[in-house]
Amino acid sequence: MAAATAPAPPPPGVRTRARDSAASWPLADRVGLACCWAAGLALALVAAAIVIYMAWKGISQLSPSLLVQHPTGDVDQSKAGGFLDPIEGTLLLTLIGIALAVPIGVATALWLVEYGRPAPLARAVESSVEIIAGAPSVVLALFGLTVFSNTFFSFMSFRPTGADLAYGRSFLIAGIVMSLIALPLVVGATREALLQVPNHVREASLALGKTKAATIRRVLLPTIRPGIATGTTLGMGRIVGDTAIVILLLGNTLLTEPQEGLPGFGLLRGTGSTLTSYVYGNSPAGEGNAPEKAYAAAFVLMVIVIALNALATRLARGRDGGPAWIR
Amino acid sequence: MDPLMPPPVRRISLEHPPTVVAPDADAPENAGASSGNGTARSAAPAPNAVERMRCDAVTIAYAAKIAVNKVDLEIRQGEVLGLIGPSGCGKTTLLRSLNRLTELTPSAARGGRITLDGEDLDAIEVTALRKRVSMVFQQPNPFPMSVFDNVAYALREGASRRPRKPQLAEPVERALRRAGLWDEVKDNLDHPALRLSGGQQQRLCIARSLAAQPEVLLMDEPCSALDPVSTTTIERLILELREQIAVVIVTHNLQQAQRVADRVAFMYLGELVEQGTSEQIFHAPQAQRTRDYVGGAFG
Repeated sequence: MAAATAPAPPPPGVRTRARDSAASWPLADRVGLACCWAAGLALALVAAAIVIYMAWKGISQLSPSLLVQHPTGDVDQSKAGGFLDPIEGTLLLTLIGIALAVPIGVATALWLVEYGRPAPLARAVESSVEIIAGAPSVVLALFGLTVFSNTFFSFMSFRPTGADLAYGRSFLIAGIVMSLIALPLVVGATREALLQVPNHVREASLALGKTKAATIRRVLLPTIRPGIATGTTLGMGRIVGDTAIVILLLGNTLLTEPQEGLPGFGLLRGTGSTLTSYVYGNSPAGEGNAPEKAYAAAFVLMVIVIALNALATRLARGRDGGPAWIR
Repeated sequence: MDPLMPPPVRRISLEHPPTVVAPDADAPENAGASSGNGTARSAAPAPNAVERMRCDAVTIAYAAKIAVNKVDLEIRQGEVLGLIGPSGCGKTTLLRSLNRLTELTPSAARGGRITLDGEDLDAIEVTALRKRVSMVFQQPNPFPMSVFDNVAYALREGASRRPRKPQLAEPVERALRRAGLWDEVKDNLDHPALRLSGGQQQRLCIARSLAAQPEVLLMDEPCSALDPVSTTTIERLILELREQIAVVIVTHNLQQAQRVADRVAFMYLGELVEQGTSEQIFHAPQAQRTRDYVGGAFG
């Protein structure tokens, strides 16, 4: 209808929108506008400075051999080896954390949005997710250390001889606590996606004589897949970037050191390091004092996190902008 | 019985003389329920219409707000019932109560009795009921899956993705044909349904509803989001469907009601003001409010 009454499109190259200039604004408004511009530009400048500086420092130190060599604890930087083990550690830890966070997070979001009753319980769950989201990771790590040092959990790490405590540090334990920092992001993204599905879509499924469970599995889950993917990717970014949990709960050993046990499970019970703890350890603040290696590892870390964030943005936008009824 | 197919649908054979229920037959019990607005209810049913559903003094309230007030209505197979009235008059609420979708609103409460083939709605298991009384919504809302899977969704048990195509191809084709969509999508059954045009999407939603072989089809302003060409297609489709299933269509487009409805019920502020044949309501309305609404005095 609107199209029918709209005027014919103007010839190309002709300005059709009214001129909007700040020149006629009051001085206070112009100053305000300038501040907004300045703030935005300053932030972009800071981001660019970080990326360029780290890229310059990192690329000059990075060589392909660093990615495939095991690190060694040598004071001489040229003999300190590469950072294969930290890369492995980062991947393994992220995998464990995400494998735990995604199912639990999606289930929580589904319950909150699709059931969410009794309402006080739903509010309590929401608050709990917010508390976990707000807790500094070092606090979560300390809590994890206290819990998993209990001898009951010694199967997850090992029990030093003669000690009355479990060691409380392993890939499995660090992964469990890491899942906590990814969980709020998964819950949040899934929840947003569910809230965007209009009610008539759920009702259309129910009106065909389907149960709520069938509706969730066959209609809602496929619909919110981009939302889940976004939350997953953001969560991975958080896990890859976290240091405190690695230092407190992964043992922070330079090499990946599996414990005895079944081949895979021994690795999970073992200790290791990640890129973040490697950067920390080799920075001038750490014990290794190999800043060149730290810059190279930091650059790799930064590339991984930026790539994950770019992926998340892309997934959130969706391939076709989402189903037509999601608007 | 094949466990993967929906339960058999009770079919009314049109060869047998149908039990035609004249609305006057139960006039005495209706008189009290219609809150004494003194309107005549003399709808002459289409000659071969069969009563399928019946509302007796149905009242629906959202918390303290009464949305539908003591409505008596019959829904017959063989004719299209149009529910008209201004926005917020309760016609959609009444429609949703017919397959118990109102129960999804926690604050909604219903009084009175609704029956399907004489059986109380509350006594029928809700998923079984909704397979018999299906609904098409205002917004086209195909699911994010292929065209084929959208139609097959109603035929599969629960959340199953099986059986695969061979057993389902025939009923899916039948449903798409009935909805007049087959020729447009037969080569693209695997395409995502959300890539179809709005009119095609809505016909797919109708096909999806028809696939489960419902006995009653509820339509809530099915054309209000569509262009005139798609609207015409769907209206033609409604007229074809009415012989096989009872169709109830909510619309606040009076011209549409005139085009497709055999019987029209006018609702205003939760009350059923008047019902009758399309001819009666639009050309000889009894109640003042109907006359004003149909005449365009308000809306």
